Amino acid sequence: MKKLSFNLWGLLPVHLIMLFGLIIPIGIVISVSFATKGAYGGFDYVFTLKAYQQILYNEGWTGGLEFNPQYLHIIGRTLLLSVITTMICLLISFPVAYYIAQQKASRKALLIYLVTLPFWVSMIVRVYSWLIILGNEGVIEKILRFTGLTDNIDSLLYNNGAMLLGMVYSYVPLMILPIFASIEKLDGNLIEASHDLYGSRLTTLKRVIIPLAKPGMVAGSILVFVPCLGSVLEPVLLGGGKNMMMGNLITSQFGGARNWPFGSAIALVLMSLVVIALVIHGLRATDKDARQEAL
Amino acid sequence: MSTSNNVKKYPGFNFWTVCFFAFLYLPILVVILYSFNSSKLVSVWGGFSLKWYVNALNNNNLLDAVQVSLTVAIIATVISTTVALLAAMVLVRGKGVRFRKTSETIVSLPLLLPEVVVAVAILIFFSNLGIGNGMLKLIIAHSTFCIPFAFLPIRARLQGMNMHVEEASEDLYANKWTTFKRITFPLILPGVSSGAMLAFVISMDDFITSSMLNSGGSTTLPVYIFSLIRQGVTPELNAISTLIIGVSLFLAGGAFLLQRQR
Repeated sequence: MKKLSFNLWGLLPVHLIMLFGLIIPIGIVISVSFATKGAYGGFDYVFTLKAYQQILYNEGWTGGLEFNPQYLHIIGRTLLLSVITTMICLLISFPVAYYIAQQKASRKALLIYLVTLPFWVSMIVRVYSWLIILGNEGVIEKILRFTGLTDNIDSLLYNNGAMLLGMVYSYVPLMILPIFASIEKLDGNLIEASHDLYGSRLTTLKRVIIPLAKPGMVAGSILVFVPCLGSVLEPVLLGGGKNMMMGNLITSQFGGARNWPFGSAIALVLMSLVVIALVIHGLRATDKDARQEAL
Repeated sequence: MSTSNNVKKYPGFNFWTVCFFAFLYLPILVVILYSFNSSKLVSVWGGFSLKWYVNALNNNNLLDAVQVSLTVAIIATVISTTVALLAAMVLVRGKGVRFRKTSETIVSLPLLLPEVVVAVAILIFFSNLGIGNGMLKLIIAHSTFCIPFAFLPIRARLQGMNMHVEEASEDLYANKWTTFKRITFPLILPGVSSGAMLAFVISMDDFITSSMLNSGGSTTLPVYIFSLIRQGVTPELNAISTLIIGVSLFLAGGAFLLQRQR
């Protein structure tokens, strides 16, 4: 009897906190996205689909609707930049993870520690460091001028490339860890067997190593892709005002622009994208489990 | 065996790894280097100086922000670690727990949802409730999203623990509480402390939620730094950043040593 009660009260605090700190608030966001925008910010609980309609259409002077793709552009940019960031992280991480996995145990531990170390350093400081490097009179500009390569440099900041760089920089360690974990588990004899059978290094890489490292690559992609979708700092600091992503669009609706229902609607679109990514990932995982059980 | 004969080695991978670590650490080094620049212009090197550190340490707004961040982080760490420890004890050790899988998902919810969505949600919820106290809002929000970070190391430690010692303790007529206090807790302490450390760092580092909930008197350090960045790159900002980097690396070193003890 006593054991049962501990099972209940031990879990009670975590459920209460999650209920009031997360689940109820998300429920409210859902309802606010269907509410009417208040005259002076905030909202009134009068049901309308206007917030969702605003994602696609502008309301003209006469009350007619004009198709306006500006928010679709932001959603598209968010998805595209997140996909590209994930791919670049994959390309960067695979050789690094492979190299680290081949080292002696003590060196391995040290290198993995060095991969995780930047996470201890404040995110905002790490993003800020790129402002010094890319900014006007920044490090790169000075190097280019000093070497006489070029004198005329357009600003390296405030474009999609700078955002991409910032996101890759922020999230690439998240890709390395799972790939490293799956390569480390890989049986080295398989690589030797492939060579004994006259497989070249490239063939071995393509036919043996990459297929076996795939679970790690998939897990790493999810770990990078999901936070990319919700990025706020990189687009604000490196992308500038013109190159918004969904994260900024949402926060801006609760600051200066003050359209809470619209902000909530965009937040729900973002959440759905994340849920879709996680569900696809989950389905693949269960698919694999099912296949393994069948074997 | 030479490198070229070892079939497991790929040419170029070590060079690539060196480049990667340069990419990872050079930006941080640039910030540190520039913080010692005596020139007011970030772009001109005016010689070595510590004056920006003196300025930073006399900046009252900065000190206030540090105080807010520390207060919130310490309280949120205590709350989230305690709650996570209780939950982990039930979810790993409890027998016949109903909805175990659901509960585990609920614990890790903050990891699954984009932070900006949760931040907006909490903002609307608090304004609906009419909670005006900025610190209280921050503490509730931070405690919530720190829980999974505290939970995961504790759970890992509990799962890796040998159950026989607990059973032995109970065979020797120790009650549940004594067993927990004298056996389980000391054994999982490394997991609890790395969980607490993670929660602390995550709370100190948080920008999105803290900036959404920002109000007078509850400006956290990252939110304050953001406002400075908005005013432009300054040497004082570099000094502040370097101080933060120093403290973070100090904590990271501590965590590394803790892990070594296992």
